[in-house]
Amino acid sequence: MRTPLGRAIGLGSAKEGVQHWWVQRLTALALVPLVLWFAASLIAHLGADRGAVLTWLGSPVPAIIMVLLLIAGLYHMALGVQVVIEDYIHTEWVKLAALVLDRFAAFVLAVAGIFAVLRIAVGG
Amino acid sequence: MTPAPRPLSPHLSIYKPQLTSVLSISHRMTGLALSVGTVLLVWWLVAAASGERAFAAAQGFWGSWIGLLLLFGWTFSLFFHLCNGIRHLLWDAGWGFELRQTYISGWTVVAASGALTLVAYIAGLVAWTPK
Repeated sequence: MRTPLGRAIGLGSAKEGVQHWWVQRLTALALVPLVLWFAASLIAHLGADRGAVLTWLGSPVPAIIMVLLLIAGLYHMALGVQVVIEDYIHTEWVKLAALVLDRFAAFVLAVAGIFAVLRIAVGG
Repeated sequence: MTPAPRPLSPHLSIYKPQLTSVLSISHRMTGLALSVGTVLLVWWLVAAASGERAFAAAQGFWGSWIGLLLLFGWTFSLFFHLCNGIRHLLWDAGWGFELRQTYISGWTVVAASGALTLVAYIAGLVAWTPK
């Protein structure tokens, strides 16, 4: 039985409702075509020198898809690693530190990766 | 006073490994492996944006035996996590919960991720043009 108040403010023991679960699925769905594109692109550029890589990521469509891959991938990664931390680390302060590090790492990697792609694509 | 020993619920080590449980833990392990791989992907992108020397260092790492070994592991991890991830999305949609279906989808994931890895490496060898 669920009271109307519980429905409104409950959001379960994690205090976030289905947000985590839902975004994990949204990013998973987005990653299916993105990852296939990524694998195919890498195979096509095996043995390529820097000039060829810059030409590839310098074109608008590959640059846009690479940025989308970084956003979806790193978001998906942050959520997945978070669950693993919550499941296996039981010392409170270690868990907290690991959760902070997980989110920080995802943001730093996303900013670094997106900046690199943008620099190649528009910075020259 | 020492507390009386309480009965414990059976732990992981007591169960015989099954396809379902092995694929489940493999999904986590390949996910973690891919997380590490993402760090190196970002390193490679930043190196490409930085200059010839940084890019040569990154390429040198990927071309080394440890780099190639990691690449092989990540190729399989990527395809396995992709295939088993699709299996998870189908479960989320409410499909495939019967035991028989679970085993069929499980073996399909094993076969598909193995085949995709093989196809990727054959395509890679064909496309490889050393410059």
